[in-house]
Amino acid sequence: MTPAPTANLRKLIARHRLREQLFTIIGLLALLIGLLVLLGLFTQLAVTGAPRLTPEFFTSFPSRIAEKAGILSAWVGSLLVMLVTACTAIPLGVAAGVYLEEYAPKNWLTAIIEINVMNLAGVPSIIYGLLALGLFVYQFGFGQSILSAGLTLALLILPIVIVATREALRAVPGSIREAAYALGATRWQMVSHHVVPYSAGGIMTGVIIGLSRAIGETAPIITIGALTFIAFLPTPPVTGEFPFLSFQWLKNPFTVLPIQMFNWTSRPEEAFQLNAAAAGVVLLVMTLAMNALAIWLRYRIRRKIKW
Amino acid sequence: MLNPGRSRSRRLRERLIETLLFLAAASSVAITFAIVFILVKEALPLFREVPLASFLTDRQWTPLFDDAHFGIMTLIAGTATTTAVALAVAIPMGTVIAIYLSEFASFRLRETIKPILELLGAVPTVVFGYFALLVVTPLLQKLYPDLPGFNMLSAGLVMGVMIIPYVSSVSEDAMRAVPMHLREGSYAMGATRLQTAVRVVMPAAFSGLAAAYILGISRAVGETMIVAIAAGMQPNFTVNPLEPAATISAFIVQVCLGDLPHDSLGYKTIFAAGLTLMLFTLVFNILGYWLRKRFREIY
Repeated sequence: MTPAPTANLRKLIARHRLREQLFTIIGLLALLIGLLVLLGLFTQLAVTGAPRLTPEFFTSFPSRIAEKAGILSAWVGSLLVMLVTACTAIPLGVAAGVYLEEYAPKNWLTAIIEINVMNLAGVPSIIYGLLALGLFVYQFGFGQSILSAGLTLALLILPIVIVATREALRAVPGSIREAAYALGATRWQMVSHHVVPYSAGGIMTGVIIGLSRAIGETAPIITIGALTFIAFLPTPPVTGEFPFLSFQWLKNPFTVLPIQMFNWTSRPEEAFQLNAAAAGVVLLVMTLAMNALAIWLRYRIRRKIKW
Repeated sequence: MLNPGRSRSRRLRERLIETLLFLAAASSVAITFAIVFILVKEALPLFREVPLASFLTDRQWTPLFDDAHFGIMTLIAGTATTTAVALAVAIPMGTVIAIYLSEFASFRLRETIKPILELLGAVPTVVFGYFALLVVTPLLQKLYPDLPGFNMLSAGLVMGVMIIPYVSSVSEDAMRAVPMHLREGSYAMGATRLQTAVRVVMPAAFSGLAAAYILGISRAVGETMIVAIAAGMQPNFTVNPLEPAATISAFIVQVCLGDLPHDSLGYKTIFAAGLTLMLFTLVFNILGYWLRKRFREIY
């Protein structure tokens, strides 16, 4: 070999090495920039909102005076809406997941249901809002109530719950099912005594992620026409008289945290924007905590359960 | 030993439970039908008043003015512009992050970063809207003082940052699904990691990457709160990101914020706008589903 091609080859190798190192830096930079931008934004939010995060902020109603305004009706509303969402989405989603994973025959109907669930997960949330406006608010006459909002968000997170349930069920090995059958269990006994309890952790993870998505959703709640100025609480669910339980609150008008934040953000006065930042901190802490819990739960399950 | 009565009731119970579970699964199909039914039913009266041709070709969208125009293209232009800005951020950043995590990063770094990316995907969009209007826009105004307070640029940029986790996590999954022996073959030929990533892994994961980008587009098209807060809600037929404009979703929000009696014109227009949005996302979803299915079948 003549010396010239070797030198060229060395140069080529050096060039590729350089590009390789350059990309390592670019990749790390992209990752860091992405994370740092978000960290910067979150810090800005926390610093702006911190002075307003007093105990009174959580126990006051919204007000026309920014300094006196709080998020009492918003977080109570969020909590009650989540209650309706959880009570609807969990049973429906888990049942659908169990059917698709444990019962469904391999036929065109199952295929349609599966494709449909995938497709529903991709439908923008505002479309669910329009569905709720046409169906729940007007067709069923639920009005602009906690019930309408809770059901809307339940439909929205249903695909998340279904997919998570299926994944959790799939992780249970077939030998467990065969063992149950071998002892004479029916399919439902096998499912309800063994497979579902063993996958409860995975299902919980999906449910928490779904609920955290629902708690931050704004667009569909605006679409059903949630009022933004609510200076009262819904009727309490527990009453002093027989039968001690009241479902009047389901029909009450309401506001939720993201709506309250949206309302404050779109005000021109700076004082209200401080409130928006404070509400944003509360919202962010809630959703991130729920997600962190879900991720932690999943890692724990992965580590602990070795079939 | 076998009790026929008990066995029959047990069989009956099994059938009943199976039927109930089937109904739960079928309810998801019912939701899809309900969405299509409601959108079409509530939007149809509008098309009795406004011919479809003018809905598609008119260059103004002023449904609530006395001089009413119904040109959906105005809203589509806004949606397309914010989506384009968002993708200009999300696709390069998301792809570079995915290549880095899949081909370069150590196992520990990857396992640390993935949950963090996942967490970022969970941040409520209204919080991002706050950032776009009250943090990013003032920053951009320092660079470019003529920028209006509401503009599609800052909404698009923030939306892009929001979409990065989706794009990078799906792309990374697609690239990690490429079998190791392809990489080993490439390394054996003396290729560097970058060459392997760009010339072997990315082409092999092509349909998965395409699915990730389409997922990103679909997110950006349907995203509501960021654009409603930061891009202004005034319909404006433009593709200049420095101007304020309304997207399809922002228009729906704007109408819903006001008083909205059933059967009013505003009520019909938001369903027509929603139907348009639904058609767009449906096309992207089907395309994405098809691509993902293809890339799964290759290996």
